[in-house]
Amino acid sequence: MLEPISSSGGNLLSIFHERGDITPRGEIPVEIDLECSPDQFESILSTYSDLDIHVTQTGEELYEGELIVLLIGDAISNNLSSVIASIDASGSVAVIESSVNRSIESPTEASSILRLAIKEGDQIQAVDSVRSIVSGYDLHFMTTTDNGVPQ
Amino acid sequence: MKLAILGVGNVGKTVAQLSGEYGHSVVAMADSKNAIVNPKGIDVGVALEQKSNQMPLGDASLEDVFDSNYDALIEATPTTLKSAEPAFSHIKMALEADRHVVLANKGPAAERFEELQSIADGSKGTLRFEATVGGAIPILSTIEDINPKTVTSVKGILNGTSNFILTRMAAKNLSYSHVLSEAQELGVAEADPIFDVGGIDTALKCVIISNILSGGGFRLSDAEVEGIQHISNHALNLADKSGLTIRLIGEATREGVNVAPVLVPKTEDLAVEGTQNIVRIVTEHGGILSLAGSGAGGGPTASAIFLDLQRLIV
Repeated sequence: MLEPISSSGGNLLSIFHERGDITPRGEIPVEIDLECSPDQFESILSTYSDLDIHVTQTGEELYEGELIVLLIGDAISNNLSSVIASIDASGSVAVIESSVNRSIESPTEASSILRLAIKEGDQIQAVDSVRSIVSGYDLHFMTTTDNGVPQ
Repeated sequence: MKLAILGVGNVGKTVAQLSGEYGHSVVAMADSKNAIVNPKGIDVGVALEQKSNQMPLGDASLEDVFDSNYDALIEATPTTLKSAEPAFSHIKMALEADRHVVLANKGPAAERFEELQSIADGSKGTLRFEATVGGAIPILSTIEDINPKTVTSVKGILNGTSNFILTRMAAKNLSYSHVLSEAQELGVAEADPIFDVGGIDTALKCVIISNILSGGGFRLSDAEVEGIQHISNHALNLADKSGLTIRLIGEATREGVNVAPVLVPKTEDLAVEGTQNIVRIVTEHGGILSLAGSGAGGGPTASAIFLDLQRLIV
């Protein structure tokens, strides 16, 4: 069922079977979160239609850019999911990918690189938003040089 | 030119030793306690030998230095902040006597830029300070030549100590404290490293650049500064897996100064290694100019002083 996404070049982010919401015909609704271009999205919908899979609802959020940030601090070890949820909840950016590295000597010390998708708008604003969120977790924040300011 | 050198540390000593090679003579020299003056030229080798043997440079006073027949004062005393004294008073005395002044000391140009410019405007002498930023790299001269008004920003690595530490931590997967100790043993870092690793040295250099771009108005206290003390080897490893590394980057614009660790693609010119420095000068009409080289040490800083002296002659 996910093949149309991968063959169209889309990137599957999450899949959720709504087993508590079975339809009168006994079908289980599935919610898929993915990222792709508008053309890829049309191709995916078309393929599902050909496969007789009903896409009942679609929504879209436009992300225009990408941002890489590195975070350092104890919250990476003990509260990363909350950090990511807070960033996602901000509405201006979405976490696409995260990787974590822990200190061998002191496992509570860790760092994380997050790949973020940025919605249309000012990239500097997105940087400031993420910086503000992670400062609430006492995390050190840095991003790449191409964001206009060296922070 | 006849030189008077204040401060006989690494930079002042190297300027004295190389002055003959560049066609200059040293007629006065002073450290924090003693001075030597000779209108016909000091035998630099003998004077420095005296100092290395813990003997006084000579029996002259600081006043004698200012009364001597020097053409240009080389201010190479240790950098001090806020009042930037005693360097500021040294510069004032020389300029008010219509002599040229060449600075290696960052304090006055960063903390009291407008006052310095005002004094220099009323003097027949000229004030230059290439050696305060980026050692041997001709950053200020380049900005001067292409016109500061057409420079949008200057960004780069301006502290060799912090760059050495980050480079070695990443290359050998060593902790910050371990590499800092190594750097101190090698003489790359001071016993009190906060000036370098805390980003203060980079910030001072960027404040000087911002002052040049905007005609003054900035102090160290205006700069946003974050150092590298919290950077861990696990963070550097993680960055490495994404094709990135971490560098302490300073940026100077007309709006202000920012200094902070930044993720830099390993393939970018900004990812210089060891004690090297690099700056990108962003211009309105000429695109981006990248200048790299040795940013500190006796020889590189002295070469910047000789560059300034050459411009005074021309």
